[in-house]
Amino acid sequence: MHNKLFEKYDRGNRSHLIGLLQDVQDVYGYIPEIAMIDIGEFLELPTSSVFGVATFYNQFRLTPLGKNVINVCRGTACHVKDSANILFALENELGIKVGMTTRDKEFTIEQVACIGACSIAPVISINGEYFGRLKTKDIPKLIAEFKKKDEMVENIEGEE
Amino acid sequence: MVELTINNIKVEANEGDTILDVAKAVGIKIPTLCHLKDHFPTGACRMCVVEVEGMRGLTPSCAYPVQNGMVVKTNTSRVITARKTIVELLVENHPQDCLICVRNKNCELQDLSNIYGLREHRYCGEKKNHAIDISSASMERDPAKCILCGRCVRTCAEVQKIGAIDFTNRGFISNVTTPYNKGLNVSDCILCGQCILVCPTAALREKSHTKEIENAIQNERKHVFVQVAPAVRASLGEEYNLPLGTNVTGKIVSGLRRLGFEKVFDTNFAADLTIMEESTELINRVTNVGTLPMFTSCCPGWVKYIEQNKPELLKHVSSCKSPHEMEGAVLKTYYAAKMNINPEDIYVVSVMPCTVKKYESERPELSENYLADVDAVLTTRELVRMFRMHGIEFEDLNDDDFDNPLGESSGAAAIFGTSGGVMQAALRTAYFTLTGHNLDELNFEELRGNAGIKESTVNINGLEVKIAVVNGIGNIGNILDEIVEGKSPYHFIEVMACPNGCINGGGQPIHQKTDKVIERVKALYKIDEDAKNRLSHENESIKKLYSDFFIEPNSHLAHEILHTNYVNRKEILRANVQPLK
Repeated sequence: MHNKLFEKYDRGNRSHLIGLLQDVQDVYGYIPEIAMIDIGEFLELPTSSVFGVATFYNQFRLTPLGKNVINVCRGTACHVKDSANILFALENELGIKVGMTTRDKEFTIEQVACIGACSIAPVISINGEYFGRLKTKDIPKLIAEFKKKDEMVENIEGEE
Repeated sequence: MVELTINNIKVEANEGDTILDVAKAVGIKIPTLCHLKDHFPTGACRMCVVEVEGMRGLTPSCAYPVQNGMVVKTNTSRVITARKTIVELLVENHPQDCLICVRNKNCELQDLSNIYGLREHRYCGEKKNHAIDISSASMERDPAKCILCGRCVRTCAEVQKIGAIDFTNRGFISNVTTPYNKGLNVSDCILCGQCILVCPTAALREKSHTKEIENAIQNERKHVFVQVAPAVRASLGEEYNLPLGTNVTGKIVSGLRRLGFEKVFDTNFAADLTIMEESTELINRVTNVGTLPMFTSCCPGWVKYIEQNKPELLKHVSSCKSPHEMEGAVLKTYYAAKMNINPEDIYVVSVMPCTVKKYESERPELSENYLADVDAVLTTRELVRMFRMHGIEFEDLNDDDFDNPLGESSGAAAIFGTSGGVMQAALRTAYFTLTGHNLDELNFEELRGNAGIKESTVNINGLEVKIAVVNGIGNIGNILDEIVEGKSPYHFIEVMACPNGCINGGGQPIHQKTDKVIERVKALYKIDEDAKNRLSHENESIKKLYSDFFIEPNSHLAHEILHTNYVNRKEILRANVQPLK
């Protein structure tokens, strides 16, 4: 499926590596291993070099995103307002580290430098919806709400 | 010509030379870590910084070309402080377990720490924490000891053109590793060990078999036999500071006896046997319109390479086992029967200049009746460690001879250890088999030397046999492409995965002396020149082996014991890839 993406690039031209990686990520939401190998073969680069570049830049993901993507702001204002502990509470609640996705593929935690909502620091966004002036004790409730929402959607889909 | 002064010495230099080259020529040592001779400089480690008058900051001498009137200082206190700080920072992010490290006393980081007089820990920071990769049968990768100089990465990608490892991630967690941090075992690595030879620390090293061998020697029921590869005898002396290219065959044999090996055989015997089998196979392929060109199969790194990259061309590879596997197979069949020993009680050890041979000896295809042909493989370096552990003063040893009948060999077998050797040996025998008389000139000068691809044409009975010799797996690409396109002009191609062949194998002594390869090669050709018999087919023990046991080369029995088959490893590697969801 990703082989179609190669059509607009030149075979063996390694300067197209980053563009190709971006295109692949647009399709899958991450860079699958098989795509990494195919890109290497197409650009005549060893897989290790493709992997090296993909891990060098923060923009590339090696694992699929979860259903709910949590962006934790770690900018200056949020940092002053103790966003480190907000992140810690999220990691604890979901049992994963930042950058990872839960096993049930429900939640992904990402870290962002600033999401431009300093007035309501510390702030996180879940699927683009902002949650500000958070305290660590709010986190379990917040996560539970999203879990419940997902279950409801699933039940409705199931009934249909 | 350019004129400059280095440390107040007036120097003339060629345009384009780097400050580092010029300083070296006038006897000024500038320390380096990431510098790799004949490679484009990366200037990553900054160890080689010098002060150049009129330039802001310090200049990396490995990457800076000399200019007319330049004034260079390599030993100001500013330079020395900078270098010392670099070493201190590297050391602080290093396990510092020199006492129990395999590279103790042969480590560039240790040397630099000593040279710059590190006597205290001025920085105490977090240390990187990566698991050791022990997945492969031949090599270990210990990223904790890695100083990220990138010499292995460049050797793998630029010399061998494989690129099994590369830098991943960035900043503190950056690491040299395989894709997805999977083990070397499931990477593109062919285990040639060229990265070990350039690693300044013990971040890359062979997997040691010494303990198993000690145990086997202690086991009274076991008959422990050892065999020595041709390339080992021309290099082992270097570990004892003997002149480069000293032939130490006799001392190795007597040293191995002292280690407790019951019999000491010569892989050269099996090299002669390989020539008998391989030249017959070539003649059969040429006369019966078989698959051509035929590749040699002595180098397990090359075999692994073609299995992983071009499995569709595997039918071009000779089915002969590599010499040390043949020796093991003959020991566990013919010799066992002759001496009335149960093959299960035989333990065959090979001393090899090679790391891939360890992996090769574990291949299930290379066995008889579920018994591996070779049980354990020692590299040249490991053998030296065993000698030292057993208190064997190598320099004082007398010269001994190999045990027979698997110890007799021709000069043709000795040159197996260098690029072009297998080809020359095979041509000598193939010529005899086809014409009934021997070549007048046994040396093929055009097949010698260190060119990546050497080619020649030999006229045998009116048949123009086109041959090529490839050394360094990085040079094989075009030849394989030609075969895929059906345009290959060759009949017979020798391939050695390491540059210059086994003599520069991944299991050889580690040091950065530049002319080591030339001298080692000379030593092997001298063995050939001095040999009473320089032809594999005139080896009396080989003749007897055929008349007693195998009947003739490529006989049914020979096929069963001396030949093997190959595996499509590309499929195996692909099966390891996570499927798309």
